[in-house]
Amino acid sequence: MSFAARVILFAALTAALDGANAAAAGAARELVVFEAASLKDVFAKLAPRFEKDNAGAKVIANAAGSQELRTQIEHGAAADVMASADRKHMDALLSEGLVVAPSVFTCNEPVVVVRPALAPTIKTFADLPRAERIVVGVPEVPIGAYTLQILQKASAKLGADFPKRVQTKVASREFNVRQVLAKVVLGEADAAIVYRSDAIAARGKVEVVSIPPDMNVVAEYPIAALKAAPQPDLARRWIDLVKSPVGAAALREAGFSACPAR
Amino acid sequence: MPGAVADAAPSRDWRDRLAAIAWPAAVGGLSGALLLLVLLPIAGLLFTSSPRQLLRGLGDPMVAPAIRLTIATTLASIALIVLGGTPLAWLIARRRNRVWSVLETVVQLPVVLPPAVAGVALLLAFGRRGLLGPGLAVFGVGLPLSTAAVVLAQSFVAAPFYVQAAIAAFRRLDTDLVLVARTLGASPPRVFFTVAVPLSWPALAGGAALSWARALGEFGATLMFAGNLTGRTQTLPLAIYSALESDLQTAQSLSIILVAVAFAVLVAIRAGARR
Repeated sequence: MSFAARVILFAALTAALDGANAAAAGAARELVVFEAASLKDVFAKLAPRFEKDNAGAKVIANAAGSQELRTQIEHGAAADVMASADRKHMDALLSEGLVVAPSVFTCNEPVVVVRPALAPTIKTFADLPRAERIVVGVPEVPIGAYTLQILQKASAKLGADFPKRVQTKVASREFNVRQVLAKVVLGEADAAIVYRSDAIAARGKVEVVSIPPDMNVVAEYPIAALKAAPQPDLARRWIDLVKSPVGAAALREAGFSACPAR
Repeated sequence: MPGAVADAAPSRDWRDRLAAIAWPAAVGGLSGALLLLVLLPIAGLLFTSSPRQLLRGLGDPMVAPAIRLTIATTLASIALIVLGGTPLAWLIARRRNRVWSVLETVVQLPVVLPPAVAGVALLLAFGRRGLLGPGLAVFGVGLPLSTAAVVLAQSFVAAPFYVQAAIAAFRRLDTDLVLVARTLGASPPRVFFTVAVPLSWPALAGGAALSWARALGEFGATLMFAGNLTGRTQTLPLAIYSALESDLQTAQSLSIILVAVAFAVLVAIRAGARR
């Protein structure tokens, strides 16, 4: 072998080894958290604390609609933790044997958010059809499913045609709750149904109209480690942090609520 | 030194033989890998469901409105693009100074813009709080979340493909022909319509087809700027994204339709280019 060929071979080998080392070291530290879009801000606040408590750990967040996260996991996405905005998608993952022992860690309350200019027009939930453009979630995303349930419940109190009066004003069905919220924040939609935590995240840019408890639903958020989690230890520690008093305080501050006794 | 020569000869021979094997292996292996990367997903789309399953996928109630809306909006977009793009390309092709060359680059920009950027840009320009929003509101026009927004998004991302093809075609025109036509007394519009456009026709049609295919696939900017509502703003790509969350079969069936259309457009353009 000529000298040049030896040099090239040596360089290639060391580069390959370096690559392998870097990959191994990186993999040892990354915790991949799949989180419902509504959890994005509060989990982002918990991440630095987690990284401080677990030296060398790095939290990689993937925030999207719960149904999208579920699809990604079903197609083999390498995640460690899944936090969903409803039981439906988590239960599906459980029955497919993809997650381990999910448990509800917080709850959230759907509310109506209104473009500030329209606040005088839409003062109560019953005023919702007075909006010209309403944005909701697709039925597959938890907030979209909750919206349908709320409208169904409301028809008993506000008239059988109430769901239809709302639906005719729907201008878009978005794929996750933050997209729903964004349409009102941007001023493109007059009103939307999102979680109270989202309304708080957009404080000052939207007005909040509560939905009467007898027409509302409670959104339960389950969390679980993935069965195939590359980092099962870190996954467990993340779940512990989310459920700890520190996590609970952060969730409360973000607008999430303790779950009602069942 | 006869020894040295005898020594070098087998070594060169060895290297030559290695090169004779390594070169075809490298070329074949690397190109094969890339080819597989392109072909396998298409094969996955085509061969993982039976024709019956694929047909059933098309039974979803959002399919028909999505197809109708996609045809209507892409035709409107291509009309808009051809109507504005042909004169624009004519101007750019006939003028050579820095301003027009900068303009030419700017018109190309959407080709390399990420779709999300296009969506944000459209919102900031035509949104209710964007540059033109308040002005449009005076006339009671609100673009976002409307079918018109779908057409704008498609036109924004697809226009460069047509304009670029038209500029190239007009530049290839024999300038003498244009000059002769002018000296024979033809007015500028007459030169444009009876000389420039007919001679550039195949290239213009090819550009329009490519542009139409791009409009057909537009997704990101539409989602952000026009929203997602069956029958009003949910085009085929959005319907595919939507179906993915409930019924993979529908997503697959719709995807195959788009692949078939895209393939047909490419074949037609290549056939047109050969003629």
